[in-house]
Amino acid sequence: MRRVLDPLLSAWTSVIAHKLRSFLTMLGIVIGVASVIALLAIGQGAQNQIISSIESLGANLVQISPGFSFGPGGVRGGGATQTLTLEDATAIEEQVEHVVNVAPVLQSSSQLIAGSENTSASVIGTTSAYRITYNLEVATGAFFSDYDYDRAAKVVVLGATVAEELYGEGVNPVGETIKLGNSIVRVIGVLAEKGAAMVSPDDNVYVPLTFVQQTSAQQRTAQGDLVVSSIALSLEDAGYSTEVTEDITQLLRTRHRLLADADDDFRIMSTEEIAAQVSTAMNTMVIFLGAIAAISLLVGGIGVMNIMLVSVLERTREIGIRKALGAQERTIWTQFLIEAALLTFTGGLIGMALGWGIALGVGYFVEEITPMVTPDIVVLAVGVSVGIGLFFGFYPAWQASRLNPIDALRSE
Amino acid sequence: MIKLESITKTYPMGDRELTVLHGITFQVQRGEMVAIMGPSGSGKSTTLNVLGCLDRPTTGSYFLDGRDVSRLNRHELADVRAKKIGFIFQSYNLLPRMNALENVKLGLKYAGIHDSALAKEALARVGLAERAHHKPTELSGGEQQRVAIARALSKRPPVILADEPTGNLDSRASEEIMKMLVELHREQGNTLVMITHEPDMAAYCERIIHLKDGLVLREERL
Repeated sequence: MRRVLDPLLSAWTSVIAHKLRSFLTMLGIVIGVASVIALLAIGQGAQNQIISSIESLGANLVQISPGFSFGPGGVRGGGATQTLTLEDATAIEEQVEHVVNVAPVLQSSSQLIAGSENTSASVIGTTSAYRITYNLEVATGAFFSDYDYDRAAKVVVLGATVAEELYGEGVNPVGETIKLGNSIVRVIGVLAEKGAAMVSPDDNVYVPLTFVQQTSAQQRTAQGDLVVSSIALSLEDAGYSTEVTEDITQLLRTRHRLLADADDDFRIMSTEEIAAQVSTAMNTMVIFLGAIAAISLLVGGIGVMNIMLVSVLERTREIGIRKALGAQERTIWTQFLIEAALLTFTGGLIGMALGWGIALGVGYFVEEITPMVTPDIVVLAVGVSVGIGLFFGFYPAWQASRLNPIDALRSE
Repeated sequence: MIKLESITKTYPMGDRELTVLHGITFQVQRGEMVAIMGPSGSGKSTTLNVLGCLDRPTTGSYFLDGRDVSRLNRHELADVRAKKIGFIFQSYNLLPRMNALENVKLGLKYAGIHDSALAKEALARVGLAERAHHKPTELSGGEQQRVAIARALSKRPPVILADEPTGNLDSRASEEIMKMLVELHREQGNTLVMITHEPDMAAYCERIIHLKDGLVLREERL
């Protein structure tokens, strides 16, 4: 205990003896650690926010959309191609393992009229599985059922924004009829507001796919299959993402009769994958910014070294006296090293508190971000600041320990 | 106790060499009190540095307490200083940031003795019990030297080396310090070697070794 406490106490005494100097030396470390902590905390918070908004779409969600097809006319955009069919969806549901709730989607746009109000919205023609796949919650009424699907019921489920535009806030539209395109349909449910980033389900209305087939001209492939805009499905578990993606690719390539050297004419995206991509991009950003902040830590470390060298020079006589009294080089060395580490450790603690404060302040003013200070960031910051003290204190401490006691005693 | 055999010491001076000691040979018996005198440049400081294990002789051998310490490494020399030698300097050499008691305790600490009571006792012995918590700057020269004596003697080293211990003091304080050194020397039975150029101070000793030009000129028994 004494072996640890004694040098610590003695280091503390000498840090205290030069308050202003110690403080200024620490300042470099304080600023460095504070900026690293603040950046990492804010970065982590922003990342969490983005990931959770992506995952609110459904963590196990996989979306298949028509992909690029390369023909004589060159590359055509994803939306323009029509390669996915209702039969593809059925085949996936029947043949690919670990897949549940396959929902084919036929998306169009239409005018909605309710009394004197009208608006236009995306009309999603789909199956009842869609609600589960996209993790949608119904605020009032119900989503349409398989029975509604089978008999092509003229029913509609409104997204929160659409319902508000047509009926105003606080009115329950369930049971009302509205005009959708040329048909009269009955409102059977309103979805809870979701407000997800990217595409919001609040702006859509949902009808049975069979109903859309009956009311509008359908596009069919050469084989007579019914074209759909996209196919959504959920996985039994997010962990099957890669496996299922491979299986679906295999299946669709066979069904679409693609040659071995042809590119896929569809794209498969899982939430897992999107989240991972965004995460990677964010991480790169945070690491880059953190590296810039770390430069100020380096500069702070050089400041510590500078002051320690001055301190050794100033205390040459003290070192000589200690050596004459029989202090081992190791003892002197440890003393100066601990002093440097104590300086940077204290600076690190202050910097951490400051950085945390800055992060909390940013979180207070920017609602979307909840800064995250994780234990590993704290350990890292404190560890790095002590490490800097040891690294930059090493040479001055070594110099102190190797002073010739006779010269040291003679100095004044 | 102390046995120097043809000790030489040469310092490099640019591309030449400066020989300070040309072959010093003398002995000091256990419990003896000896003064080393000589004009400046006679090599008395260098001799004391060798005696104090602060410096190694270029050639020759130095037996301290029966052990040849002239070829020890830095680590071993520090250990000898800590356990066997008590230094008293002309300019006291107390650590300014520590109070009297802490200074005494520091000397004990390096000798591996962690005993506060012993340090207090040593301060009381030199009559400074009341001033234990004063910083060196708050003490007179005589008092500072008494703290230094307490620091050197509290660990009861077999050898005390004093480098002009009264050089910075007025005659009254000098006399006080010398009387105290003699008294403690008799009490503890240590071996005391003192450098001085004042015959009055040397007169307290049992023997005087005169140096000149890095050689022993003569020895004088009082």
